[in-house]
Amino acid sequence: MTDANASARDRILARLKSAPKRPAPPRPDWTPPAFGSERKARFKAMLEASHAEVHEVTDESWPERLLSILGNKGARTLLYAPATEAGRRLSDAWSDGGPALLAYDRSVEDLKEVLVHQADAALTTARGGIAQTGSLVLWPTPDEPRLMSLLPPIHVALVNEADLTDSLAETIRAQGWATAMPTNALLVSGPSKTADIEQTLAYGVHGPKELVVLLVGPEGARP
Amino acid sequence: MAAEARVSDFTGKAHVALNDPKLRANFRRAMDGLMTKRAAQFADPEEWATLRARGAAIRADALARLPELLERLEANLTRNGVTVHWAESTEEANAIVLGILREAGATRVIKGKSMVTEEMHLNAFLEANGVIPVESDLGEYIIQLAGEAPSHIVMPCIHMNKGEIAELFADKIEGLGYTENVDELTAAARRALRGRFADAQAGISGVNFAIAETGSLVLIENEGNGRLSTTLPPVHIAVTGIEKVIERLEDVAPLLSLLPRSATGQPITTYVNMISGPRKPGEKDGPREVHLVLLDNGRSKVYGDTQLADTLRCIRCAACMNHCPVYTRVGGHTYTFTYPGPIGKILTPQLEGLDCAGDQPHASTLCGACAEVCPVQIPIPDLLARLRTEAVKPSSDAVKGGGSSATLADSLGWAGWKALYSSPALYGLASRALGWFGNLMPASAPMLRTWTAVRTKPKFAAKSLHQLAREKGFSHD
Repeated sequence: MTDANASARDRILARLKSAPKRPAPPRPDWTPPAFGSERKARFKAMLEASHAEVHEVTDESWPERLLSILGNKGARTLLYAPATEAGRRLSDAWSDGGPALLAYDRSVEDLKEVLVHQADAALTTARGGIAQTGSLVLWPTPDEPRLMSLLPPIHVALVNEADLTDSLAETIRAQGWATAMPTNALLVSGPSKTADIEQTLAYGVHGPKELVVLLVGPEGARP
Repeated sequence: MAAEARVSDFTGKAHVALNDPKLRANFRRAMDGLMTKRAAQFADPEEWATLRARGAAIRADALARLPELLERLEANLTRNGVTVHWAESTEEANAIVLGILREAGATRVIKGKSMVTEEMHLNAFLEANGVIPVESDLGEYIIQLAGEAPSHIVMPCIHMNKGEIAELFADKIEGLGYTENVDELTAAARRALRGRFADAQAGISGVNFAIAETGSLVLIENEGNGRLSTTLPPVHIAVTGIEKVIERLEDVAPLLSLLPRSATGQPITTYVNMISGPRKPGEKDGPREVHLVLLDNGRSKVYGDTQLADTLRCIRCAACMNHCPVYTRVGGHTYTFTYPGPIGKILTPQLEGLDCAGDQPHASTLCGACAEVCPVQIPIPDLLARLRTEAVKPSSDAVKGGGSSATLADSLGWAGWKALYSSPALYGLASRALGWFGNLMPASAPMLRTWTAVRTKPKFAAKSLHQLAREKGFSHD
């Protein structure tokens, strides 16, 4: 910080501190919504209303389902995170006929062309899901970087049914966010969209055009 | 570069806008849609009442402790590796942004939507200094191509229709013919901007909420351009007003439940992007530098008046303009300055001064629709009335340009009115006189013509109510 900047700071703070004191009002009670046994149904319905696809899968079946979903969409390449558990499952189960796997295994500077122009789809995990708004909670990590869920035209996210909550307020409390915020935390509630031209919805303006959610149910459950 | 001095000319511009049927149709259609969608979101009045009471209290609480929270925000952001800058004026803020860009050797900049950078006229400043800023929000991109300013704080090109945008794109985007197909127009913008993102040496964004407790910046958006601007380039510069701070992370939940629902009638925006620092060692993407520029530009003066400071609670949802019978008819450009509609009518005169935007508090019917829909309960009509008073009879030096509308004719007029209304004899005489001669007075008579310019001159009754009552046999009392 330069001296000029330090004095701008001091002058702004001095003006604010010399203003008449006002009482801090109490926060009236507010309870975020709860959905009980409707949680999963609400999560799915809200995502679908936002133009996302939701597929119920099991832990054993999801790579196979993903292969068929991407096959139907004609994706030629799939960006994945090789060092994650999901990435290992994916590469083990991948067949030669599926989209070519592209590993996000180096920094963006060395992978820009692939990320910006070549990857048709990407697979990430989600840390949770929020029923109220149909949102995925993404905490990108060194192994599963931020741009995976943003640059390719199709984003596929794996979320465990056990990680669904009713509301953002509940998620923040239950997962102890206030003391451990990552570099970037995201809520994703559908594919990229815009209504800037005559309030007409159009998808995929900058981010993914399609959001595919693989909702992983408990072991042995039949979707 | 100092922004050129501008003076509000609401009346003049309103006449032009009112006679532009295309503009009026564009706004009418958009506002009707936004109002309907918002109403559907808040169909449960009890939920709305408790949620907005909570939202208002969170914002009021943050303002009550603003200096303390700003210091906490700065400390926590610094600990997270974010560099914090303070700017008293828009000129200072522009210089800080340029300084960061020069330091990084950046001449190609991609921008996410930010009203504060509009307030700073940052793009013009950067262009004058050899930096190319490209707006990436579709609406902002459209108006940048058109060389215009936003006419709405959430939907910047709401004043344009498909045909106008189709013509603009055909003209400005290489290889694109005329098409009114919205998917094709959108895809063309994606193609045109993809390379700009990849090529940008820095990204500039606004901030929706700055969280003191965790040192986090929250940005909401639907397109993903905000995420790209803050993730792909090696440098990210966030710019925000000093009032955007909130205390706790948990405060985000109710505010997020208010903002998109009030703004566009969506339960949530597609992306909620919470940034708590630059790329850490081992991470593969994200900017290597993150800066936050905190802009004052008159806000600390607004803060000095406990009533007017309620203006600073605003979370920029635009519900007030979407529901304003004046804004809907005249559109955003009529307001000359960055923030239109009811929030602009109270914010602009305070930031720019009543001497150059003193007509804005009068561009209102005081119908109260804005206060009714405000998710943080800003008493906009009360503040409009207060600013009208400050313009003629300043209570203190609370507002820049206070007293600038006071005229001798005005004060003489009111003194006469006071004398008339405190003396029954004088009042009787004057009303009889008007009954006799009032109708002979031409509508263009001095002083009267201010009123009759936009209204029909009233016809004075031959007999006053008092006279009629007396004739009917009612006693004087």
